Amino acid sequence: MSAPQKTKSGPAQIDVTVSAVVPVTEFVTRFEFTRRDGTEFPPFSGGAHTVVAMQDGTRTRLNPYSLMSDPADLSTYAISVRREDDGRGGSVFMHSQVKQGDAMTLTNPVNLFSLDLRAKKHIFFAGGIGITPFLAMIGQLELTNGNWELHYASRTPENAAYADVLLAKFPTKVHVYYSSANERIPLADVLDGQPLGTQAYACGPERLIDGVRDTAIGLGWPDSNVHSEEFLAPAAGAPFEVRLCKSDKTITVGEHESLLEALEREGVDAPFLCRGGACGQCETDVVSGAGELIHCDHWLEEEEHASGKKIMPCVSRFVGELLEIDR
Amino acid sequence: MSIQFNNETFRDDYSFHNSEWAIKRFPFPFHEDSYMYSMNAEQHQGGPDGSVYEKRFDVDEHYVSEMQDRAKVLADDPLRCQSLPHMTLAGWDLLELIMVSKSEDYPDLFELHRDGNQWRWVNKPLGIDDPFTFLDDTTLPYGPMEYITRQTQGDFALLDQREENLWMDAGMITTQADWSLDFDIGMNFFEWHAPVPKANEMGIFKRALKYLINIPQGSPGRRLNWTMTVNPLLDTSPENYHKWGIQKTTLTPENIGAKQHLRVELQTFFRLPRSNALAFPIRCYLCSFQDLTTMPKWGRRLHRVIRDLPDELATYKGFIDNRPMMLDYLSKFDDGLPTSPGIFPEPETEPPLKT
Amino acid sequence: MSKFEFPPSIGSRPIWGTLEPRTGASHLFIADAHGAEAIIDVATPELMETGHIIFISRGTDYADKLRALAPAQFYEGPSYDASLPRIKRVLSDAKMGLQVYLSGTEGLMGQATNEATSAGVPPAAIQTDHRGSTARRMQCVHCKGFTEDVETDPFVCSHCGLNLFVRDHYSRRLAAYQGVCVDAEDPGNVPAQKGIYE
Repeated sequence: MSAPQKTKSGPAQIDVTVSAVVPVTEFVTRFEFTRRDGTEFPPFSGGAHTVVAMQDGTRTRLNPYSLMSDPADLSTYAISVRREDDGRGGSVFMHSQVKQGDAMTLTNPVNLFSLDLRAKKHIFFAGGIGITPFLAMIGQLELTNGNWELHYASRTPENAAYADVLLAKFPTKVHVYYSSANERIPLADVLDGQPLGTQAYACGPERLIDGVRDTAIGLGWPDSNVHSEEFLAPAAGAPFEVRLCKSDKTITVGEHESLLEALEREGVDAPFLCRGGACGQCETDVVSGAGELIHCDHWLEEEEHASGKKIMPCVSRFVGELLEIDR
Repeated sequence: MSIQFNNETFRDDYSFHNSEWAIKRFPFPFHEDSYMYSMNAEQHQGGPDGSVYEKRFDVDEHYVSEMQDRAKVLADDPLRCQSLPHMTLAGWDLLELIMVSKSEDYPDLFELHRDGNQWRWVNKPLGIDDPFTFLDDTTLPYGPMEYITRQTQGDFALLDQREENLWMDAGMITTQADWSLDFDIGMNFFEWHAPVPKANEMGIFKRALKYLINIPQGSPGRRLNWTMTVNPLLDTSPENYHKWGIQKTTLTPENIGAKQHLRVELQTFFRLPRSNALAFPIRCYLCSFQDLTTMPKWGRRLHRVIRDLPDELATYKGFIDNRPMMLDYLSKFDDGLPTSPGIFPEPETEPPLKT
Repeated sequence: MSKFEFPPSIGSRPIWGTLEPRTGASHLFIADAHGAEAIIDVATPELMETGHIIFISRGTDYADKLRALAPAQFYEGPSYDASLPRIKRVLSDAKMGLQVYLSGTEGLMGQATNEATSAGVPPAAIQTDHRGSTARRMQCVHCKGFTEDVETDPFVCSHCGLNLFVRDHYSRRLAAYQGVCVDAEDPGNVPAQKGIYE
């Protein structure tokens, strides 16, 4: 068509200043941002995430976090980060290094966990830090008098981020369960007898997501009415070598690094949106590979996994001699 | 105002006409001497100065007359604009996108004044000055999608995104290439494309859908599509096909240059931020064969493309019966010289027609 | 009665299935004419415990056989239109976990699907099974009128009288195939009628 333009990889970036760092619980801290150019943030929908760029020495970490601020207030974006001491280091960096006034970069919002706006009712199931996308979804639904309820499981009252605020604002819609008090979300009771057109959403540990899905299906709900946020952190694994055909380079992917991160480290242009194996944006052709692809994504079809011709560099790895990809 | 708007019609006496400026910037859809379906999408982040790709929503000399034609179509058949109940938020998204884009891209024609949710929209070419409350349906004379698309050239489909598919759940469709919104509303991506021959078996739609559901906020895309229309008729709807279909039989070797139009759709794709829906504007440009062939490159190429197009596609696009007459006419503009790659006419460098 | 094998078609044309028992809070069966056979094939005592059968007999005599399945509720009506208020009432009470089983003609299954999804039944909770007549419910794209039980192509619109050809393009929202003027470009030149599947 018209003159070719350089394709920018990943969603557009926003330069921000950290406007507040607010401890919420022992493990959870909220980070609030304002735009450095003084304008408003782009509007977003409940369930959207942003990818935060962290300059950790020479290493750039790019981690996705759900936007949890009120979609009606575009002066601020906020995320809440749980410190994972055994994680890949991003959350520890946010907790220990990021201070009010710091300059950072976010991406435009991307939503892979959106509300089904046809729903006659929305039921949210949150476990722990999985509460964050629901905060924005609730904000969005409150603007339009949406019909919703929340079931939130946490270890202790001290650990239940935002439970106090939610209970105070929506005492009849919010239900909190503490495992320290031997409380569990009564999934079958909650899901049974809901009106036609109800949609269920789960975010949190895999156990909770599977529990919601299995219970719903057992009651005769179709899978289509159960939604979950399926972010995956890239798995660690043995280092492997990759030959990049287009860039004419050979690189090594480290143990705690994803193939996508290795590409970025080497300055090789690679597209992304979710960095969690869900969106499909980083899909890459495999030219050859003497070994086995370890697929960890939710994107490719089973046949594509089996074909050995595609890989999602954000989460998937390789075990073998040498992988050759079309980047 | 920077643009001189034509006073013209797209029906009855068909006084529609393209100025030299409009011909030169016409989005000719063939980048080489042959055509097959492809997604051929690229980012919609501007384009050459003055081209139809430069602005997010192109406004040209046909603006005012096209909006008058749309108003007539809607008066005759209000079902051309419909929105399923869950798409109202997407309608507001679209209104915001268009008002912000047009007021920034054409400050002499459009103004948007915002104070919180109290907005004021000024559309000088159409003489509109409306204060309203953003996200409050009761403050506009129509729903938000209908309100803004009565003031914006091109058809608009709003696609809800769910279950890894896109659903045609709202639209303003009055300049369509022979498909019915009233029939197709509520369909998913594969269903509404079902009548298109060949493309399905080629896997095009599967790939196109993957591309579209990944369009991120702030990174719109675009592509071209095309068909043929006898007379500059914008409303080639199935609803009225029993009235306009007969016009296809009025071509003669004498009038074909003026009557036969290449109809090009500039399709763009925008992620809508509040609803997570996808806006799919389909902007229609018309150009007569006699105007197109004033560009030597386009005359040569159009002849070759139409000549070599598979019968199935010529049938689907509705001109198989008229193809021999088209080729008789176009062959006079094809001297066999090679053409340069790309869609732009390159009048300065392309050799003139050998006579 | 053997099931009709529909020829391969385009992606908007519905593909009818075979009813299977499913787990659910309650079970709603809507059938016309030979669609009764699909209910008889799928029925189990368990399904019938919370089962509600709505049967439009259209001159067939399956009603007694269906009654013999001992569903919790049974209704026999003369036409889809006559049964519609009851269908709406049943759906207004239903909860998530309802399973819907539709069988019989395309027109019946299409219209009942539409009614159920409008009430909020997820499309994935609706099963279908085509039995009996292959006649189509057609919508005239020009006048928007519906013509039921169309067996020939082309056919005459029962509302505006235009000669329409029968497309495979199908709208779930309208529960109808599209009919388009066949002689628009050559008025009066209407091809000879033949059966849709001839």
